[in-house]
Amino acid sequence: MELTRRDAVAALAAVGATGAAVLAGERAIDHAAGNADDGGRGERAAGPTADGEDRADAETVRTTMRAVATVVYPDELSGIDTFLERYLDGRLDGGHHALALRQTVAELEELAEAWYGDSVAALPAADRDSLLREVGADTAEEDPDGTTAERVRYYVVNDLLLALYASPTGSELVGLENPRGHPGGITSYARGPQ
Amino acid sequence: MSRTGSTRTTQADATGGTGRDRTPVSGADVCVVGAGPAGALVADRLADDHEVVVLEAGPRFDSASRVDRQERALRPAFDRPDVWDVGGDRDAHTNSGERFYPLNHARVKGVGGSTLHWQGMVMRLHEDDFASGTTRGVGPDWPIAYADLQPYYREAERELGVAGASDNPYAPPRADPHPMPAFEPSYSDSLFAEACASLGLDMHSVPNARNSEPYGDRSPCVGYGTCQPVCPSGAKYDATVHVERAEAAGATVIDRAPVERLAHESDRVTAAVYTTPDGETHRQAADAFVLAGGGVETPRLLLLSASEAYPDGLANSSGHVGAFFTDHLFAGVGGVLEEPTRQHHVGFYTSGCDQFYDEADEQYAPFKLEFFNYAGPTPVGMALTGDDWGDALLERLQTAYGGHVAVGGLVEQLPQEESRIRLHPERTDDRGNPVPDVHWRVGDRALRTIARANEIQRAILEELGAEIEWVAGPDATGPAYHHMGTTRMSADPRAGVVDADCRTHDLDNCWIASSSVFPTGGAMNPTLTIAALALRVADHVESTY
Repeated sequence: MELTRRDAVAALAAVGATGAAVLAGERAIDHAAGNADDGGRGERAAGPTADGEDRADAETVRTTMRAVATVVYPDELSGIDTFLERYLDGRLDGGHHALALRQTVAELEELAEAWYGDSVAALPAADRDSLLREVGADTAEEDPDGTTAERVRYYVVNDLLLALYASPTGSELVGLENPRGHPGGITSYARGPQ
Repeated sequence: MSRTGSTRTTQADATGGTGRDRTPVSGADVCVVGAGPAGALVADRLADDHEVVVLEAGPRFDSASRVDRQERALRPAFDRPDVWDVGGDRDAHTNSGERFYPLNHARVKGVGGSTLHWQGMVMRLHEDDFASGTTRGVGPDWPIAYADLQPYYREAERELGVAGASDNPYAPPRADPHPMPAFEPSYSDSLFAEACASLGLDMHSVPNARNSEPYGDRSPCVGYGTCQPVCPSGAKYDATVHVERAEAAGATVIDRAPVERLAHESDRVTAAVYTTPDGETHRQAADAFVLAGGGVETPRLLLLSASEAYPDGLANSSGHVGAFFTDHLFAGVGGVLEEPTRQHHVGFYTSGCDQFYDEADEQYAPFKLEFFNYAGPTPVGMALTGDDWGDALLERLQTAYGGHVAVGGLVEQLPQEESRIRLHPERTDDRGNPVPDVHWRVGDRALRTIARANEIQRAILEELGAEIEWVAGPDATGPAYHHMGTTRMSADPRAGVVDADCRTHDLDNCWIASSSVFPTGGAMNPTLTIAALALRVADHVESTY
């Protein structure tokens, strides 16, 4: 089954432009970043923030997320790159969510370098899977303000899964063509199985 | 009457509220406390000809934030109160009853009130609900009859926008069709219909405060499926509709302005004393006051307003302020079929069964049945909470999603005086005021009725051939988040807080528009009745001032 840009737009309709954690995490992230003077777009260059936190640049985020998607998405999907390109346009344009995503990806990349000697995208798929599990992202409960494992779960693993299963094509893999969060109209609920 | 204060606070404040003018409006005719559905409808109805001020404890939410709030509803990192920023010291409370009451799951503070997170079901109470003592032998009669409220029900349905049909043989009489056609039955309704027909049960449509077609300037439902707790499209009614209309007509709405007490003389309220985010205390004077803070905060405000003249709380000569706290009890049975049931395409239900409602008597309460369109787990919800991913996750989702069915229901709880909202003697909120203590009790009649509802629900699922997975019975029931009864209505000043016009017996210029005035709750979702009573209160205020 092929994911499309329309699926990405649909997924963004479920999560908004700025992310659920904006209000709850706003002050914490501002503090961590040292400032928020980029107009809330989260597109400033990579590098350390005022308190020494690193942020990945947008291209690194895209590369890392694509690499993680090959692990957390089912094999039968195609069109992942196109889907994520559009989805991440929205997520990286989303102020505090974008900032926290970039910080979290930077941490994940640091761990990949430290433990496997290479970037996430350069690792074999099995090693990417192992990396995510060794980080603890498989068993952690997502938390936008939590530990590294909880934030990798929130901003990386679960954000990819949310994008997929809140999109019509992704959800249709499960047999639900109008998933929660998708404004898919009011006809499908009355239809029987096809 | 003059209207002068309408232009100062009609703009949403993008800065978080520090720059807004929250000072009192001079020359106010009517002060409404609370910007939920009751307060909004009263304000809208009176704003054309009166200087109206609405004081709201919570914020004015940016409508553009609704999709972000929807993400909170989808993600396990956020609990229900997080969706609309409920909680913290502002919303502190305690529980001292034999049953826990999750108060902050049950309310939203802000412009729009709890309609921001409600399900949007809008049934009229039945004729017998207004005469429980006479017809069922238990509980008090209301001092008004269904016929008194019937024209206001009609108006309320038009104000909120209700999609419904006249196919329910058990519904109370109505003179007009609903403003919009009902939503079509769901696929799973068609499965239930066969089972119900075999059992001799009548299914029918249910009225939704959700647009089945364009209504006014609001969109029809587009199927986000997250009605409860947030509708990003605005197709589900919420009270911001009437707040905005009231403001356009000249009303002033002051948000983040919790009213801490009502200043008063022996027979009238003189001012609502409120605080603002800068810590300042203000007094909003008015000729008339309408309290519309819901079934918990309204009695709390009256208790906080105790004085030498009213040592047990304002408007509390009866001693009933805060007493008779009731909710509707949930009864349900769920299971799984070995075939697709098409759940979670929408977030509302489309069919019900009121067949047993009017069989209520001393032993059994009225109850209704609801055929869910959202039984079982959602794929997104499961995907974000497991410890698997990739093909293993997909396989789990495909196995777990697909065949769920459930029949829910609501059961009336008889009012008991000792089930009540009190002020906690020690704990205080962010303003230093005693927090509400919820002392919730449920009687045997309700528990017996839940078991009866479960029998029917179980029979339906067994007729369907479902494997039953869960039962929400007498031991596992919970509240439907409908706060009722705490300033009950009675013609007798010794037996109630407000009279048949919802005016307090003690104070000539103070009305209460809320489910807190319900003497009994029936088993129908209360908001349509709240709206009808609010419109009736507005008429009474109008005729008085």
